[in-house]
Amino acid sequence: MKTNFKKIATDGILTNNPTLKLVLGTCPTLALTTMAMNGVYMGLAVTFVLICSNVIISLLRKVIPNQVRIPAFVLIIATFVTILRIVMDKLLPDLYESLGLYLPLIVVNCIILARAESFASKNGIIASAADGLFMGIGFALALTTMGAFREILGAGKIFGVELWAFRIEFFSSSAGAFFTYGLFIAMFAFISSLISKKKALKAAKAAKATVATEEVKEDK
Amino acid sequence: MADFIMIVVSAMFINNFVVVQFLGICPFLGVSKDFKSALGMGLAVTFVMAITCLITYPIYVYILVPLKIEFMEIIIFIFVIAAIVQMIEMALKKFSPTLYNAMGIYLPLITTNCAVLGVAELVIDHAQIAALIGIAEGAMNMGYAVLYGIFAGLGFTLAIVVMSGLREKVARLPIAKPLRGFPIAMITACFIAMAFYVFAII
Repeated sequence: MKTNFKKIATDGILTNNPTLKLVLGTCPTLALTTMAMNGVYMGLAVTFVLICSNVIISLLRKVIPNQVRIPAFVLIIATFVTILRIVMDKLLPDLYESLGLYLPLIVVNCIILARAESFASKNGIIASAADGLFMGIGFALALTTMGAFREILGAGKIFGVELWAFRIEFFSSSAGAFFTYGLFIAMFAFISSLISKKKALKAAKAAKATVATEEVKEDK
Repeated sequence: MADFIMIVVSAMFINNFVVVQFLGICPFLGVSKDFKSALGMGLAVTFVMAITCLITYPIYVYILVPLKIEFMEIIIFIFVIAAIVQMIEMALKKFSPTLYNAMGIYLPLITTNCAVLGVAELVIDHAQIAALIGIAEGAMNMGYAVLYGIFAGLGFTLAIVVMSGLREKVARLPIAKPLRGFPIAMITACFIAMAFYVFAII
């Protein structure tokens, strides 16, 4: 079976974006989008765990009995989170501090378990690795965009660089986190509904055209 | 006594798990469509959080730290939580079928609730927890840990119950199509978060 990378990529980043479409992994999204840079770091951390756990789960998918698959998945994910935590603590202590409690909580991030359950346990290694990569990118992109939005409005900065003195405190508060997330999901849904409407209109036009040509043929 | 009040206020209001620390958002959005299930979920989570603190705190302090294998905490904690949830489910099924019927469907969801793992991780971080409840770092003990677990759980219950009440009202309003579902739930949560600012100012 040939792996359809294009479909996996568009699924992960656009049509099934884990943050904006599936609304999974909400806790780190709300907590860490105060700054754009946090989104990049958290996105990379989750992408790493996603790729590793997807690959291992895909490798072991025929070995793990169906009844104990969830505990087995959780164990695999927890192992990679532990590895990530040790490495980050040693190499990037500042980053380790800034992600804080949300780093160990990657274990219970629903995105990873959901992808293990719905993709990696049914697909080959390469496809699973690609799925992990693109789901991770989709998550990182959504977090970074939301982080940039909140950082610009709430702190007048982007990626830590001062832009102006204008600040709306609301956006850097916890209420602002909920508001921004709601706004982004709504915008995402609106834009994708516009696109699908356009596609449907095109399809309807094409169908009409074929019907018209058939009618012409019948007239003759 | 003063410590007790401080823990209650800190865990339930000032550092509310849902709206301030953003833990347990998935059930907060998923199981808050009606009042009854929200209350059931909240109480089930509170119960599991209290027992989790009761078990994971001594495991960390008396086993992992002396053996110098603190890095194993995530793996061990998640297994303890999964085992607790499983055991509670079996015990409820056997001894109290009515309670099981009321709570049963929420129990498996609790294993992957980040509020539970979050509280287990938070109470072992002595410096942070001591700062949160205003005690000396060395004074932290199991009693404080369990109390924090209980009241953080009650804070979760409070938030999810308030949310369910608001969502029951919001569901009757005419809402623009792209805002239906999650977005309007998020914006409702935004107002609850604003209400909790009052406690942060005190």
